[in-house]
Amino acid sequence: MLETITMYLEYPFVINALIVGVLIALCSSLLGVTLVLKRFSLIGDGLAHVAFGALCVATVLHMANKMLLTLPITVICAILILRGGQNAKIRGDAVIAMISVGSLAFGYLIMNVFASSANLSGDVCSTLFGSTSILTLTEQEVWLSVILSILMVAAFVLFYNKIFAVTFDEDFARAARLNVDFYNLMISIVIAIIIVLSMNLVGSLLISAFIIFPALSAMKLFKTFRAVTICSVILSVVCAFIGIAISILGGTPVGSTIVAVDALTFGLCFAVNKFGGVAA
Amino acid sequence: MTLITCDNVALGYGSRVVVDGLNFTVDEGDYLCIIGENGAGKSTLVKTLLGLQKPLRGKILLNGLNAGDIGYLSQQTAIQKDFPASVNEIVLSGCLARKKFLPFYSAQDKEIAATNMERLGVQSLADRSFAELSGGQQQRVLLARALCAAKKILLLDEPVAALDPEATADMYKIISQLNQDGITIIMISHDVNEAIGRAKHVLRLGKKIFYGTSEDYHA
Repeated sequence: MLETITMYLEYPFVINALIVGVLIALCSSLLGVTLVLKRFSLIGDGLAHVAFGALCVATVLHMANKMLLTLPITVICAILILRGGQNAKIRGDAVIAMISVGSLAFGYLIMNVFASSANLSGDVCSTLFGSTSILTLTEQEVWLSVILSILMVAAFVLFYNKIFAVTFDEDFARAARLNVDFYNLMISIVIAIIIVLSMNLVGSLLISAFIIFPALSAMKLFKTFRAVTICSVILSVVCAFIGIAISILGGTPVGSTIVAVDALTFGLCFAVNKFGGVAA
Repeated sequence: MTLITCDNVALGYGSRVVVDGLNFTVDEGDYLCIIGENGAGKSTLVKTLLGLQKPLRGKILLNGLNAGDIGYLSQQTAIQKDFPASVNEIVLSGCLARKKFLPFYSAQDKEIAATNMERLGVQSLADRSFAELSGGQQQRVLLARALCAAKKILLLDEPVAALDPEATADMYKIISQLNQDGITIIMISHDVNEAIGRAKHVLRLGKKIFYGTSEDYHA
């Protein structure tokens, strides 16, 4: 077992996959706590479906860099969903459901009608459940994700106290002259970016599990915001690492394996909370 | 000294006027109780006093205060029921109002938070989880947070809405005590009798607006 792992670790593509996978896990879990607490758990799911739809359009258009279309569309939808949440005419959850199901259907329809690929269902499946492209990362892409992750963590630490205030009590934050709308907007935009970037790893159907599982597990173990945030990052990173390792050793799909590990961890945390008493 | 002057103000959304011809003043050390039925414009008035909304007509003058200097005790939301946050984290967040661009809390902020927790008798709960506290304790914590933001005036939005009778009496006692210590209080309330008994002035919103001393209101 150990020998196999050391052997695999000698391949640079394995190291790259581990680095990028762990970084994505770290970034997605940072905002996960806020999203879960603000009852926005489904926003990740909705946006991932939007990203899928946009990706289908980009594929049909034969765009060289699909990110150029996927990223702006997803960010715009993130803003729209957030506006919908504030506007009481259509409830927030209904807007998310509409946008997410709609873009899923249109994406698949467009692929079906216009696609020239011989292996259509294979293409769709890998977009939905993650492809193996995490194993073919270039050095450039690895550096890009390292830099983006550092920026993300730095921004989170700088705004941590404000994110807490905005999450806990929007009314009070407004009264204290915090620009609540700006922070909500930034949170949705960052989530949209993370989703588009990590779609390659876990696929669009599983991405929201990446965002919410670590937060939910951490909330079972700890009762203060700081402890929950730190714990969810650690859980997310460890689960991603274990998941990628298992998938390389066992040849299982990367995304589903990580989510399965996340889900098992949640079960464990739930049991600890239920039977073992809660840490402070 | 007069802190807030409300001069012939109309409140509402867009073209819908909820309250019209509103005149009142809040002096330093005052205890103003605002009552009125649902839809009479209480929460619109709160938003306007906090500077989150502009009056349709008329003027609200703040004397020696910025809108952010008003300590606000907001109504509790469903989100807070299972929110993982310690008492300390919540009270400290009240200090955000006085920091413009600094990202972290200073030693002075922590001292202000500690002083206010002590003032409201929640310092022993500092590391406890907010969600596990009783309703009365939670309101004390949120009041401590409001005090961190406030220099001299508190705006309390239905402070006893979800409390049992004992905690309600306790809360009113705390508010009176703060008022005696020199903090100006504006309180929105449903609980007409009890609330007015302690207030110095009463503002009733509705078809017939009343503003005057609480003695006059009973007369």
